[in-house]
Amino acid sequence: MTSRMLRVSAIEALSPLVSRFRFEDPEGALLPLFSGGAHVVVEMPDAGVLRRNAYSLISDPMDGSGYEIAVRREDGGRGGSKFLHTQVAEGDLMRISAPVNLFSLDLRAKKHVMIAGGIGITPFLAQLKQLARLQMPFELHYAARSRAEAAGLALLPASPQVHVHISEEGNRMDLGAILGSQPLGTHVYTCGPEGLIEAVAETGARFGWPRTALHSEVFMAPPPGAPFEVTLATSGKVVTVGAHQSLLEALEAAQVEVQWMCRGGACGRCETGVKSCHGTIEHHDHWLSDDEHARQTKIMPCVSRFKGETLVLDL
Amino acid sequence: MTIQFHDETFRDDYTFHNSPEGIRRFPFPFDADSYMYSVNLEPHAGGKAGSPFEKRFDVDEHYVAEMRDRAITLTEDPLRCQSLPHMELAGWDFLELVMVSKSEDYPELFTLNRDGDRWHWINRPLGIEQRFTFLDATTLPCGPMEYITRQTQGDHALLDQRDGNLWMDAGMVTSQADWSLDFDIGMNFFEWHAPVPKAHEMGVFQRALKFLLNLQQGAPVRRLNWTMTVNPRLDTSPENYHKWGPEKRTVAADNVGAKQYLRVELQTLWRLPRSNAIAFPIRCYLCSLEDIVTVPKWGRRLHRVLRDLPNELAEYKGFAVNRPTIVDYLAAFDDGAPTSPGIFPD
Ligand code: HEM
Ligand code: FES
Repeated sequence: MTSRMLRVSAIEALSPLVSRFRFEDPEGALLPLFSGGAHVVVEMPDAGVLRRNAYSLISDPMDGSGYEIAVRREDGGRGGSKFLHTQVAEGDLMRISAPVNLFSLDLRAKKHVMIAGGIGITPFLAQLKQLARLQMPFELHYAARSRAEAAGLALLPASPQVHVHISEEGNRMDLGAILGSQPLGTHVYTCGPEGLIEAVAETGARFGWPRTALHSEVFMAPPPGAPFEVTLATSGKVVTVGAHQSLLEALEAAQVEVQWMCRGGACGRCETGVKSCHGTIEHHDHWLSDDEHARQTKIMPCVSRFKGETLVLDL
Repeated sequence: MTIQFHDETFRDDYTFHNSPEGIRRFPFPFDADSYMYSVNLEPHAGGKAGSPFEKRFDVDEHYVAEMRDRAITLTEDPLRCQSLPHMELAGWDFLELVMVSKSEDYPELFTLNRDGDRWHWINRPLGIEQRFTFLDATTLPCGPMEYITRQTQGDHALLDQRDGNLWMDAGMVTSQADWSLDFDIGMNFFEWHAPVPKAHEMGVFQRALKFLLNLQQGAPVRRLNWTMTVNPRLDTSPENYHKWGPEKRTVAADNVGAKQYLRVELQTLWRLPRSNAIAFPIRCYLCSLEDIVTVPKWGRRLHRVLRDLPNELAEYKGFAVNRPTIVDYLAAFDDGAPTSPGIFPD
């Protein structure tokens, strides 16, 4: 995954639990633009553990001067958000991946209806900016328990198309009313707790919505990046694979020749035999079959990693 | 290096020709003495100096003539260029990619000045100068994809990504190896690849699609594809089969070296920023057999590849009828000596 070091240029509390982080290129270079719904993976070296969390970009997709994310502090959950809230200060450098979009707008839609629960508002903040620029009809529904928790309020434009539902104030979101009254050709996007995504799917099914008109946010699991070691059978040499390296890159750095082509787990060129394996190969390729993955006798060094005691490669 | 643009044709009198340097830089597609489909994708991150892999969008001695040929085809058949309404943003993304790349890679040929959304484009080989507002299609003579692909060699498809698939929702296709944009428009990756033999069973398309869905901005990839064409004709479309199909029957032992061309497509794949679409330029290179065999390694290897190619592939690529004539001709240039690995001349 391509990535770059960016400087944290601003941190701002949006609510007691949610803060906005802005990242800019240290030299002031423009960053690649993106499409609404894209996320970046933020790397956090947290006391010896390398955490990688995906966060939706909330800034204007057409503005390359910086990337912004909104992060909710989850003390019990994944450590990354806590790290961002407690360990990161303005001026710090952090490694941020190139934007990837797995939740893009279907630009064929006649109208876009966005349904957000809680922190699930984030991908829509960028999509709203994109839709405004494309001048496409839309409607956004944002549900939160209380006004204090509704961090998105500060970032939403005041517009008749933006509807805020605060359950504490008795103003609950009525999915039947929302989905029951849309013109043909509307697409619906949901991001929030699993329960909300399921409820939208059920309501949609009840009203006979085509499944392909209902979208929901799924983050790609960021590739794990713990360092590990492999042993080469012919030379007995031990190669250490760093957190930011692929096994292929580590082998290349150690001047071991491995064929490659796509460097993305698809072409099969880098397929390498495994002599012995005490542990688990973390297969991330699309090349080997499920059976081959289970047998642990082959590995695709361009994308796959290892966790365990020893991995001896046929090299 | 200044490029001498040829005044040549790709139809009627077929005056197309490669210069000696043009032959040396031809992207010969075989890195071994046999060929079968594979997921042959590699990063498009430059290549040997002077080769067609070096620049993001290769511009060569045929540029001006190819653009003239495209204009003729479009006048006769406007449906060669189509863009479904939701693809306009992808068109702008692609226009930006090409203008930025070409002006950086060939500053003597192309210039792009940008002041916010106010852009100024100069294309010297084609004598074009255009001021326009980025993302405002009313300021260009035609849509953004059509505008830039009338100035960029190769066919182009723009793929929308949704529902875990890629959809051919826009394209400029005037130099294709017997497929039709008008037929394929709106199809997904598996649908438009349906006619290809063997590759589905081999899992080529399923793997390639998974890879492409994860394609990242700034990390383009490329692959080579090839076929055989009689006469240096760019427009070998199903729409015009009646014009070029019968020409296959004109190939004989005494003219095959001059008339039979190896047709190579350098295909690149680019993730586009604002639209999340993928751009798929298909750049076509033509080289006659008699020019190919001036590189001894290529003569030997092409003989072996074509001789041993599975019949289904020769049928699909449309040269099965002439295969014996071609192989006989090439046999004279194959002394049985071993060939070196890789595609480049020795
Ligand atoms: C996403 C962009 C792509 C587009 C728009 C595209 C389009 C096409 C089309 C229109 C054809 C002709 C099918 C026919 O006979 O009607 C074709 C053939 C083919 N494609 Fe693709 N393709 C793409 C990517 C790929 C990739 C990534 C691979 C493999 C790694 C691939 C492998 C092939 C093969 C093997 C053939 C047969 C070619 C021959 O034997 O001449 N394509 N493609
Ligand atoms: S290099 Fe293609 S699968 Fe590893």
